[in-house]
Amino acid sequence: MATTITMPQLGETVTEGTVAQWLKKPGDAIEKYENFVEVSTDKVNAEVPSPVSGILREIICKEGETVATGAPIAVIDEVGAATAATSSPPGSAPPAAAHVPANGSANGSAPHNANGSGDGAEFAESLRGMSPAVRRLAREHRVELATVRGTGANGRVTANDVLAAAERTLAGATVNAASTATHEPAHAAPAPQPPGTSTYGKPIPGTVVPLSQARKLIAKRMTESLATAPHAWTMVEVDVTKLMRWRTQEKDRFLADRGYALTLLPFFVHAVVQSLKSQPLLNARFTDDGILIHREINIGVAIGLDTNLIVPVIRAADALSIGGIAVAAGKLIAKARAGTLGADELGGGTFTVNNTGANGSILSKPIINGGQAGIVTMEAVVKRPVVVEDAIAIRQMMNVCLSLDHRVLDGTVANAFLGELKKRLEAMRPGGDL
Amino acid sequence: MAIASPPTVMNNVEAVRQTLYEALKDDDRTLILGEDVGARGNVFLITKGFLEEFGAERIIDTPLAEASIVGVAIGMAMEGLRPIAEIQFADFIYPAFNQIVGEAAKTRYRSNGDYTCPLVIRTPYGGGVRGALSHSVSIEALFYHVPGLKIVAPSFPADIKGLLNAAIDDPDPVLFLEHKKTYRLVKGEVPAGRYTIPIGSADIKHPGDALTVVSYGLYVHQAIEAAQRLAGEGLSVEVIDLRSIRPMDGTTILASVRKTRKLLIVHEDNKFGGIGAEIAAMVAEEAFFDLDAPIRRLCGPDVPAMGYAATLEDEFMVSTDEMAEAMRELVRF
Repeated sequence: MATTITMPQLGETVTEGTVAQWLKKPGDAIEKYENFVEVSTDKVNAEVPSPVSGILREIICKEGETVATGAPIAVIDEVGAATAATSSPPGSAPPAAAHVPANGSANGSAPHNANGSGDGAEFAESLRGMSPAVRRLAREHRVELATVRGTGANGRVTANDVLAAAERTLAGATVNAASTATHEPAHAAPAPQPPGTSTYGKPIPGTVVPLSQARKLIAKRMTESLATAPHAWTMVEVDVTKLMRWRTQEKDRFLADRGYALTLLPFFVHAVVQSLKSQPLLNARFTDDGILIHREINIGVAIGLDTNLIVPVIRAADALSIGGIAVAAGKLIAKARAGTLGADELGGGTFTVNNTGANGSILSKPIINGGQAGIVTMEAVVKRPVVVEDAIAIRQMMNVCLSLDHRVLDGTVANAFLGELKKRLEAMRPGGDL
Repeated sequence: MAIASPPTVMNNVEAVRQTLYEALKDDDRTLILGEDVGARGNVFLITKGFLEEFGAERIIDTPLAEASIVGVAIGMAMEGLRPIAEIQFADFIYPAFNQIVGEAAKTRYRSNGDYTCPLVIRTPYGGGVRGALSHSVSIEALFYHVPGLKIVAPSFPADIKGLLNAAIDDPDPVLFLEHKKTYRLVKGEVPAGRYTIPIGSADIKHPGDALTVVSYGLYVHQAIEAAQRLAGEGLSVEVIDLRSIRPMDGTTILASVRKTRKLLIVHEDNKFGGIGAEIAAMVAEEAFFDLDAPIRRLCGPDVPAMGYAATLEDEFMVSTDEMAEAMRELVRF
């Protein structure tokens, strides 16, 4: 029996989705609840679990295609058809899948279509949308529903999922100290609110936007960091022309081989880690008893979500190659977007990298993640005319900004660190070691 | 056949019988009237031997005339006796509908409190015993719309004793429903001595936290069995035995639903306009923002009667497997 899989609704206000990647190809076996396709929307990227076990017969919606929620995207030939009647995905079950009784009625165990829960398709249809409890809890705990990964039937977000997300936000926000004033998130899904009430996504002049737990903690940690650590700031220009060429050559093969995108971030983090090894004072913490030089190098990577910044940590980053960092960062970014980061992935950072350039910034003045000695930004890569050996050339340039805790180090050490970072980045070129 | 020292473990028939016997012993105003309650000792032998011990003035065999059974009992109750009327099978109660709804339920209101009607109407109901069209019906929904009438449907021996005593003590009419399939199927411990259980109090028979199941009668026992099965799968289900249909224990139901956020109602009576409809409406009104899943009902189908053929009866009744599957779906929803 064939089950048509439809584009899921990832968030209550979402009306369409894009197939980002098929995790299975036609002919592959799929277990029930196994993730088989990655779907992206303007709000969230999510891997979608299969509602049935079976063989992927046909892919209807190709990678990169955008279709309305509820539109068919694939057909799965089902194994163990007995469970189909109640486990079909929302709105997708053709009558054949929805109305076939589990087994004969002679033993009295046939589904009660007449007196029971209604037919399977109808019940499956009710899986759409968010339950009253989920809406209420999301409002009370200020949880952005589009970022919550559902564990219920067909990936439905349950009340417990919301409560778990609220706890994670609480845990995550305590280490969410890295931020720049210029890169606050600017949009969020409108939570159901009475008219005239401001939300983060729709601020209304003359009203007050209530503080989410995450925002309260960000406010507290930012203020604390600025108040306790005297911030100094410096910047270098880096020529990344060769690095960009190298990345362009490698990225498609890397994605095919390793399954994660090869962005500029892992190159940058790798160079930062090597530079921290040369300048351990940057990988340190100021205490009243002295400056604690960390043994480990754990790099926090700032990721902007719709409503707040979150900083998952790549642990023991000095043990990873560029490729290894790409995979580690890719996993953390996916989890951050899905709202599934664990508390252990959010704490323990010793230095922070903020990819402000992703939003187009060419210059920013970050606030240090409390308890660390510094934070660097990677600004947007732009083509500029520069002087190379007394000639004017077009090069791809990136500014790198550093905020440092002046209690821990002075400009000399800071600029030595930035100088080394610049040298390492400019030395990266095609043929290098990934 | 006297009951001197009651057993602590007994079935539902014995619980009814012992409670009636003690009421007759304790209070001379108490009497039983109905079809075959005397010489025959009731079709389920509940009143066997009562005629010999208490005499024909207190154990009254009546004609096959249900309107008269209830009508006569109303008069007795209004004049100070404590009649316990029996309708042999709930399927036969329709001729007495006017007496119950039009008279008994309205006596206190009509007389502005000058008269009350302390009447108990006992009747076996429910199917699953190959009773076919005339011995399988559930009648509770026909009566629960009526203010002034109490309806209880206990299905454990200890609950039967406590609620039958409460019904006999009650100053107003009580419809006392006994599920006939549980009569000899269900056994349980019964405390010695006279006690009552308040009418209108439900009982959590199987605690859990991921789903609330509300039921009564035979299906409570199946729901508990299904919940135990699910506990073995790591799924936690709370089973509430309604015990009283009206007044209904909204407090217990709402507290449970606010905890579990999900509700399944299981009853044998027809789904449309059944007891489950009232429970669902109450929960939707009072606990809407606590619900994490659509309320579901597993009930009898809208067909005119339970057929005699085993296939038809099986189709009508909700099996324990079906209950377990519905519970699984809702817990995992």
